[in-house]
This record gives sequence, structure tokens and C-alpha cells, in this order.
Amino acid sequence: MPNKNEIKGTPAFIQGNEAVVEAALAAGCSFFGGYPITPSSEIAEGCAEKLPLVGGVYIQLEDEIASMASIIGASLAGAKSMTATSGPGFSLMQENLGFAYIAEVPCVIINVMRGGPSTGLPTKLSQSDVMQARFGTHGDYTPIVIAPSNVQEVYDLTIHAFNCSEMFNTPVVVLLDELLGHMREKIIIPDEQDIYIQNRRYPSVPPEFYKPHDITPDLVSEFVAYGEGYRHNITGLTHDEQGFPTSKPAEVQKMLKKLRRKIHAHRKEIIQYDEDFMDDALYAVISYGSSARAAMSAVRMARARGIRVGLLKLKTLWPFPGKRVHQIASEVKGIVVAEMNMGQMIREVDRYAMGQCKVKGALRYDGLVIEPDEIYEKIVELRTKK
Amino acid sequence: MKLETISPVHDYLRIHKKFPTVWCSGCGIGSVMHAIIRAIHELEINKNSVALVSGIGCSSRMPIYLDFNTLHTTHGRALPFATGIKMVRPDMKVIVVSGDGDALAIGGNHFIHACRRNIDISLILINNYIYGMTGGQVSPTTPLESYAHTAPYGNIDPSFDAVKLATAAGATYVARGTNYHIVQTSKLIKKSLEHKGFSMVEVISQCPVLYGRLNNMKLPTTMLEWQRDHGVNIKAWDKLPEEKRAGKFPIGEFLDDTSRPEYTDSYYKMSKEVREEAANGEE
Repeated sequence: MPNKNEIKGTPAFIQGNEAVVEAALAAGCSFFGGYPITPSSEIAEGCAEKLPLVGGVYIQLEDEIASMASIIGASLAGAKSMTATSGPGFSLMQENLGFAYIAEVPCVIINVMRGGPSTGLPTKLSQSDVMQARFGTHGDYTPIVIAPSNVQEVYDLTIHAFNCSEMFNTPVVVLLDELLGHMREKIIIPDEQDIYIQNRRYPSVPPEFYKPHDITPDLVSEFVAYGEGYRHNITGLTHDEQGFPTSKPAEVQKMLKKLRRKIHAHRKEIIQYDEDFMDDALYAVISYGSSARAAMSAVRMARARGIRVGLLKLKTLWPFPGKRVHQIASEVKGIVVAEMNMGQMIREVDRYAMGQCKVKGALRYDGLVIEPDEIYEKIVELRTKK
Repeated sequence: MKLETISPVHDYLRIHKKFPTVWCSGCGIGSVMHAIIRAIHELEINKNSVALVSGIGCSSRMPIYLDFNTLHTTHGRALPFATGIKMVRPDMKVIVVSGDGDALAIGGNHFIHACRRNIDISLILINNYIYGMTGGQVSPTTPLESYAHTAPYGNIDPSFDAVKLATAAGATYVARGTNYHIVQTSKLIKKSLEHKGFSMVEVISQCPVLYGRLNNMKLPTTMLEWQRDHGVNIKAWDKLPEEKRAGKFPIGEFLDDTSRPEYTDSYYKMSKEVREEAANGEE
């Protein structure tokens, strides 16, 4: 982990939602289409203020369905695009999110999670959209889902989200939660030249040979915007490499496999996690987002009392770092999964632990932030109970 | 034998890729497609600068056959997709083709808000009074008492008048044509493409297979004759006494308002002004 003092840049004291806006602009985002919803509205407000100043577009749509549609249209027209929402709006976006997956359209969706289901807890926090971000739209697909746990990570990982979406022609979901969206922290905004920016690949072939869904050696197709003379077709129907509808079984399978493989083949470039005190750990805590902050405190508390616990903090949730979790499960006696929902990521951890060790949840779902004590108690329980 | 181009229309078709179409014989959508191509051809719009966007339904299959920048989206959502394109590329000619179910039922909210913004998009709303692709269910324009597979005892749902709806919601060019009056329809489409602002041309079309067959109009020609007999030119309509209007509908141009600002114009004007202000402030 780089020392914070070594990162060059400009310090700023901003909230998570503001950091999203700053990072999006730094990543080259030039289109925001959205609909107001608590607790994400500051992102729309920031974009409404800043995008016109850089010649970008901000538009408030009639609902989240239209918001998601507009960012896909904008992306196809050549802009890096983004929307921001919370649970109910994220539910409304699911159909068009599926369109972006199948049509391979880069775009970024920020979901500042709040309690659910339905209207739920608009002003309280939760991490209950982890599985919706994985399986929310219908059909088989392989999403990229990112979960920062502090404002610095909000900034860095929002840029990572744009880079992944541009690199793999796919929507990327960033899961913040109410705490992270509204909390202010000091961050370092890196200098422009130190920020890595990925742009979509412009076609290397003339229009008559261009295939928008070409299966290239690294599985990532070239992407050209409308109006560049290529006149290609984009559809939400199952399509061939040319972008025309097909229902031939062989072509259907080929397309679906490509959508999965283009993510899996590059998972090392996508997946990010941090490990602390894992070298000699007998127990592990796995957490992400705001919960990971409490988890870190819990790990420190345990270490101070001589318990050998380590922390695996997931910065990307999907694709899931299953290999690493499997390995950890083989090395420790037990894993505590700390999250603010009724147990979503714990299923995936359990699936990869494969019974090699005990897996216990430190779960909180009452709208309040999970406390280090609650996680610490679960670590102690793992040690004492059989 | 080499296929010779015999009509200017052929230049606009993905003729070697995607034909034949999915449309049933006797369907009216092909004629509307032809009318759209004619309008684009006459206006000499470059194919590269046309984005044709659609939702889901029979009429929404049109982009697949046409050699433009084409986007076939989700049900009812063509307008917000098109809005995204138009905002990023205000120089492009953005056309949306939609059916009555697509535009007025599932896409009703997007329809009124696109009208309200007066964004420069041309919506060609092909109204065949029925959900065709799903097999003949009632749509928001199915006339009262007519039959559909989900109205086996006659339709009791009142219908939308797309022209009145678009006008009330703030569209600035509103017209209606029919497939029978296809030359006039093509002219209306042409005018809508020339119009700067949100334009809506409703085209009354025929679905002999799923609407006509259930409503004593089995033949496409019978349906075209029905259009001829029930579509009354707006000037004649205005003079028509109320009792003679029953069952008929006016066709022609209802609104051509150039006084209201177009949305992308307003946006980029605002953007330019605040950038200039910011630049001056820094000096």
C-alpha cells in the first residue's frame, strides 16, 4: 500500500459524492444523465455545475429508466457517460443496464446504496445492493462492480470504473453507500499527468470490414461512435459480430460466451483488494465499503489483544476474487464477513471457502453503521465456539 | 447476375445483409420506411449523419434494414436513447421510429418529456392500432369496441390522440398522415426532418393480420380504403360539421411552431456563456 504522503497532488476536503464528480471529470466523463434521488443527489448537482464549464452535457431526465437510456445513447455518440442513483432508481435502470451489457456500451453507474427494499431508508446506509448489482438485470452476464471504502478510494476507483468500462466496452457499477456519499475526508487529488486514463479502441479497419462485436484475440472489440462513417447497428437482441440480430444457437452461444470471457480473461486487470495483517493470520475478516472501515478497527482491536487476525478488503466485488478467498480459507481457521445487509457477500465467500474453515457473518441491517465491536465479537466467537 | 440499383431507395437499404424483413405481407410499415427514405433522399442528408433509433415492436425493426447509424433499443425507451445521442452530437439528424404501443403506452412518459424539451428529434409514430409483434393485443390507440386478442368482447379502453397529446406536451411540429396518402405522408416527414425542434408525425398504418382480420378488414387493400375514407384533410375537417366527424380523423399538418427555443441550442448557448464568464472571471 503506497504511503499517503508519497502521493503527489492537491489535497482536498470533500465528501464522497463530490469525489465522484471530480474523478469522473478527471477520467474524461462528458455526459451525465440522471434523476434526483437521496442520497446521491450531490453527484447530479456537482455535474450540473461542472459539466457545462468543460463543454460537457448535464441533463436531468424524466426518470431513471430514461437516465440509463440517455447515458447509453451518449456513449454510442462518443462521450464517456455516467449516471448516479440509489436503490429504487437502480431497480428502474436494470433493463437498460442489461442493454448496455449485451450491446457492449461503456458507461458508469454510481449507486449510492440506501436501505431497502422499496423506498426503505432513504437517508440511512446499507450495502444491500451487492447482489442486485451482480444479478439485477435478466439473463446471463458478467458485471464489473466496484466498492470504495473511503473518499480517496471513491476518487481512485471511480477513475478505475471509467477505465474498465472503456477498456472492456461494458457498464461498470460503483457501489457507494450513504455514509461514504456524505462523509467528508481529506484526499489527495493526483496531478493530471499521474492519472492513468483508458480510452475506447478506435477501429483499425475501414467501415466495410468493421464488426462492432468482433471476437478479437483479447476478446475486446473495437468501438466507434455514431457519425464517424461506420454506420453500424447496435441492438439489444442477441446479435452476431456485425451487430445484427440472430437466434442461431451457435451464434447465440458464441456471443454469450464472449460477454463472459472478455471479463474473466482480464480479471487480473480489474480485480483490486487490499490485505492487512494477513501474513500470519489465523483468522480473516473480509469486508468492503463502509463496513471495511469498522472491520479494520476490529482487526486492530483483536491484534492489540494478541489475536492473529487479518483483513481482506475488497475494492472490486465482481468479478469476485474467488481464488484468493479459497486460498485464505485454506490457511485460516475462520473467516468473518462484515457487511451491512442480511448476508449477501457472505454467500460468495462461503461458496469459495468450500468448507475449509468456518465462515461467520457480522451483519447489520438497521440503517446504522456497523461498529468495530460487533465485528470483534464475531472474531472472538469464531475462536471460542466450535 | 449482379443486382443493379434500380431505385434511389436501394442506396439506403442494407440490402445484402438483412432482407427479407420480418414484416407480414400487406403490412404498412414498409411503405412508411420508403416514405422516410424518400424524405431523407430529397433533403440530401448524408447517411453518416443520420442516427435512426427505435424501441421494440414491428415498426421498431426498421433500423436494422437501413444503412444509417442505427440503434434498436428497449421497449418504449427509444426517445431517451436518442436524447443522449442528440445532446452529444447536436449536428446529427436523429430520427426515432416507434409504434403506438411503444411510444404511447410503455414510452408515454418519455414521449411527453421529449415534446416538453423541444429537442430536435423527429419521431415517426407508426400507428396500426394494435400490438403486432406480440400477437394482436389492445394498444392505447385501439378504437373503442374494436376487437383484439385481449379484447375478445370489444375494446372498452378509450384511446389516445397522439396529435393532441404531442401538441399539449409541447412538440413544435405535429402532423398526421396515412399509408394511403403516402405521398403526402412523405412530404410531412420531410417537413418534420427540416424542422428544428421536436417533431412528431403520426402515420396511420395497416396491420391486416392482427388488427384487420379481427375487425372485418382482412385484406390490406380494405384497410387502405378505410384510411382513404376516414382520413380527412385538415382543411376539409375544419369545415366538417360535428355529426359527420364521427369515426373519422383529420390528417395533414397541425402545428409548425418555430418560435420556441430548441433544447440543444439552449443547452450549448448556456454552456458557452458560463465558460466565457468563467474565462473572463479568471483574467
